[in-house]
Amino acid sequence: MLSAIASRLSQALLVMLAVTAIAFVMFRYVGDPVAMMSREDATPAEKAELRRSLGLDRPVLVQYGDFVGRVARGQLGVSFRNQRPVVELMAERLPATLELVLVATLLSLSVGVPLGVFCALKPDSAAARAIQTLSLVGISMPTFVTGIGLILLFAVVLRWLPSFGRGDVVSIGGWTTGFLSRSGWASLILPGVTLALYQLTLIMRLVRAEMIDVMSSDYIRFAKARGLPPRYIHFRLALRNALMPVITVTGLQIGSLIAFAIVTETVFQWPGMGLLFIQAVSFADVPVMAAYLLFVGALFVLINMAVDVIYTVVDPRLRTRRA
Amino acid sequence: MKRTFAAAAAVAVAALALMAAQPSAAQTLRWSAPGDAVSFDPNAQLDSFTQNVLSMVYDTLVRRDRKLQIEPGLATSWEVVAPDRWRFKLRQGVKFHGGEPFTADDVVTTVARTIDPGSRNKGNLATVVRAEKVDDYTVDLVLSGPYPLLLNDLTGIFVMSKTWLQAHDAIKPGNTSTGVTTFASNKANGTGPFKLESYEPDSRTVMTVNEGWWDKPEHNLKRIEFRPIKSDATRVAALLSGEIDMISAVPLQDIPRISSTNGVKVVEDPSLRLIFLGFDWKPSLHAAPNEKNPFLDVRVRQALWHAIDLDQIQKRIMRGKSRNVGTMVAPPVPGYVAELDKPLPYDPALAKKLLADAGYPNGFKTGLGCTNDRYIADEQICLAIASMWTRVGVQVDLKTESKATYFPRQDRGELDSWMLGWATLPPMDGFSVLSAIFASREGGYGGSNPGGMSIKAMDDLARKAAVELDETKRRAMLAESFKIAKDQALFIPLHQQPLAWAMKTNVEMPQFADEYVRPWFAKVN
Repeated sequence: MLSAIASRLSQALLVMLAVTAIAFVMFRYVGDPVAMMSREDATPAEKAELRRSLGLDRPVLVQYGDFVGRVARGQLGVSFRNQRPVVELMAERLPATLELVLVATLLSLSVGVPLGVFCALKPDSAAARAIQTLSLVGISMPTFVTGIGLILLFAVVLRWLPSFGRGDVVSIGGWTTGFLSRSGWASLILPGVTLALYQLTLIMRLVRAEMIDVMSSDYIRFAKARGLPPRYIHFRLALRNALMPVITVTGLQIGSLIAFAIVTETVFQWPGMGLLFIQAVSFADVPVMAAYLLFVGALFVLINMAVDVIYTVVDPRLRTRRA
Repeated sequence: MKRTFAAAAAVAVAALALMAAQPSAAQTLRWSAPGDAVSFDPNAQLDSFTQNVLSMVYDTLVRRDRKLQIEPGLATSWEVVAPDRWRFKLRQGVKFHGGEPFTADDVVTTVARTIDPGSRNKGNLATVVRAEKVDDYTVDLVLSGPYPLLLNDLTGIFVMSKTWLQAHDAIKPGNTSTGVTTFASNKANGTGPFKLESYEPDSRTVMTVNEGWWDKPEHNLKRIEFRPIKSDATRVAALLSGEIDMISAVPLQDIPRISSTNGVKVVEDPSLRLIFLGFDWKPSLHAAPNEKNPFLDVRVRQALWHAIDLDQIQKRIMRGKSRNVGTMVAPPVPGYVAELDKPLPYDPALAKKLLADAGYPNGFKTGLGCTNDRYIADEQICLAIASMWTRVGVQVDLKTESKATYFPRQDRGELDSWMLGWATLPPMDGFSVLSAIFASREGGYGGSNPGGMSIKAMDDLARKAAVELDETKRRAMLAESFKIAKDQALFIPLHQQPLAWAMKTNVEMPQFADEYVRPWFAKVN
């Protein structure tokens, strides 16, 4: 068990190194921070001096070595754009993204699962067909189109909900939350729905497929033959078994929701990590981009590792095989 | 069952409607722009929008009035006591937001902090060697030599409080290479018309009126809420939904829709930023490495100018909002000459004849580089120009890319012909064009002359104008440089970008060609 975790950890370390290496190669092509940081009529000497002071005149390999060394010591550096420590910037933005992702996940589960069950139990009803068709739209519509559409309808035409931002946030020991104010909740609805839409349709389709599968298995037929009430069969017997893959997918999806909240955050000016990253890209702010990629990489590695570990705990067969 | 659902829906709708009801206090200005202030430390960034936001909190020794002319600010008068020494008399009775009285010590500290080696904007005060206190309300700025644009530079130097900086260990500016950040990066203590109440990056910045401001306020604001919104569509939606009172930078395609909406108006003006095309001057082009560079012939450059139908670009691409130009600087800027401001007429036949005279009856091959995310409609403009040049026989290899990769490439001289925009900011003076674009790249000159263009007359003019303290003579020099550029068709100036803001009809906000938002001139009725 411990050795399994240790081997996963060393693999994770290698993955992280690969992520940073690829990131550093990419940074050579996203642009030159010096051009972004200089005055319009800066002299060539001014630019050269700035390049030297940022350490950008050194070979890429040296810069990379320096970066890995600093990360190993726990230093992520200072943003080129506003000269604040990257760790501080990320910590400031993390709550916004996490709250948005939490709302989106809860929303997709609480709507997706019941809809999936409904479509599995009444596959031929008109409502189920309509839901199925709509889910195709949901899965194929680009996020920014959904976002702008929702803004136009609910903010501009109906004026029910705010079109951007987080509303009033309350700060609790460094964590800013929008859960404690009315405007905070109102602001969560549109971006939450936008972000949840893809995952919602995914979960719905997954639940439907799994349910149909389970409903045709022998033990359900036995249960029906025994005359157990349909409610009991559907929810206690069938759904519980159908939910196992849903839990796995939801776990993995949380990672991608955090990583891909970028578009939703940009459309709604949601002050989270995605917005931070987008701005870093347009400014060629290498320290922030590197830290963000590192964070997302670490997140995926951690989630995958946790899933693996839970599997070993839950399923004894995996444990013996590995040992 | 059905009825309960309907009831629940009704309750949800009512709750949503309640939640959206936003308080709108009188005389609060809620405005939005695509970018945010990156830091409140005046010496930790060079971003012009950030400088704009800071100017609401910090005052400068001299400032721009409603006509963008320089007028006294924290300094009431000044004299040149020696070519390299300017003496400033300071305003008395001015207090910082924290209550500290403003004296010569604050100016000395501000100058020292600005020209500190770790300061990001030290280039904005490059000729100042030090500041010397003469008495509590008199201060001398010592320069490295005669320099006519000191006042222009000072309009961008925000005066900070020495006591405040000392108390918070922020005497030295933040520095990227050493990783130092200061207290001043998200707090501010100026003498300006508004006080910084809170600063949440990418979310909101709140300012309240400074009741003790030394100047008589021409505004009626009590509070400013700045809410940056990066996405164009969302920013427009926020204005139309009433959550925001004013947005700067309205996307061109949204102007008709906003104008036709009740309760909001669009204000438009030409901006200082002038878009032009430049050429490579090396012996041969990248597109044809073994042939002589055709751009070295003035007839070719004129032909390419004649080949561009500026009116079409103005009408079709810029939707009639831009102002076509014939010279390299905008009207409000010193050095502008009205007679030069006529583009070479669109005449493809003449263009073909000029090309033939120059020895290119069948045209030639050239590259054209453009940004696709920096200037208004930059990519479409270049597409149009490429096809116009193709029509007179020139084969154009058009390459558009993001500003982050374009500007380094342009700066390395890797483009045969290229697009650039220039606003002459921060000095707001024609000298900025002469020194950075017209003069050859040598000893601090020609920072934006990457193509190797070298014209002796320009170099001489740049060096003479740099030290000429007689304003009439200096302007004559600038005018001469713009005449040479026009006569030789060294560049093809295209247009001044339009500047469009939209606001509720009850907001009065004067617009300025330097794109600065100056809320101390604003009224909310």
